[in-house]
Amino acid sequence: MPALHALANPTRFLSIARPLTPVLLWVGLVLLAIGAWAGLTQTPPDYLQGESVRILYVHVPSAWLGMGGWSGIAIASLMLLVWRHPLAAIAARAVALPGAIFAALCLITGSIWGRPTWGTWWEWDGRLTSMLLLFFLYLAWIGLSRADAERGGDGRIPAIFGLAGTALLPVIRYSVVWWRTLHQGPSITVSGSSIDWAILWPLWLTLAGFSLVFGAIVLMRMRAMLAEARVEARMRRMAA
Amino acid sequence: MNHWPFIIAAYGIVAASMALLIVISWRTMRRAERAVEDMRR
Repeated sequence: MPALHALANPTRFLSIARPLTPVLLWVGLVLLAIGAWAGLTQTPPDYLQGESVRILYVHVPSAWLGMGGWSGIAIASLMLLVWRHPLAAIAARAVALPGAIFAALCLITGSIWGRPTWGTWWEWDGRLTSMLLLFFLYLAWIGLSRADAERGGDGRIPAIFGLAGTALLPVIRYSVVWWRTLHQGPSITVSGSSIDWAILWPLWLTLAGFSLVFGAIVLMRMRAMLAEARVEARMRRMAA
Repeated sequence: MNHWPFIIAAYGIVAASMALLIVISWRTMRRAERAVEDMRR
């Protein structure tokens, strides 16, 4: 926890974020390229799904980041409400847009995967519907956060919404257990994976690659927001 | 059914979206940080 408090200092945060941004971005892109190449050319087709199983390598990381993004908003919201960290509101705003985009990518790639596998683009199945709800939660959070900033709010209302929205995450996680319809059950759990290693291994590369690139995007957005805030504060001082 | 058009579409949409997100985030950050540098001078 002391490390988190130290990072909440914008100057200290920037001294770490500046060198870290290109490292995360380039390492992430290299891992992504290797993982995607391996997923497209080096793994065998699935005995049941055929070649379409290759969509796994972009669909699962998108789902992971769609849900991970909201977890990031919730953690930042908690830090804002409890410790009033100056960077917490900026971190939540920086995560929201990429999180929403990855939630949308999860829905789109899942729909594309569903057509050759299930014979349909969409089904009102528990997993698909709860993921769609998460995407709408992101849109609502972004709107609320902008409205709060425009009226000079302290970010507490979006933070409460961010924390309340975490109730959806276990619903998404367990939707395939509670409502067994079209979407397959959990393939990767804490105890192991039901996917054969010959198909699974590139997924770890794309998961790591997507996560690092996501981290780089969040850092870039936070740096931009901090710089914009400094310019705005200076302009206000000059006008006063 | 040939699965490859679906696979190419999925990878293409993800790659294009990520590239756009990276480029926009990078340009926004550079523009904002340049404004801070200009303000200091």
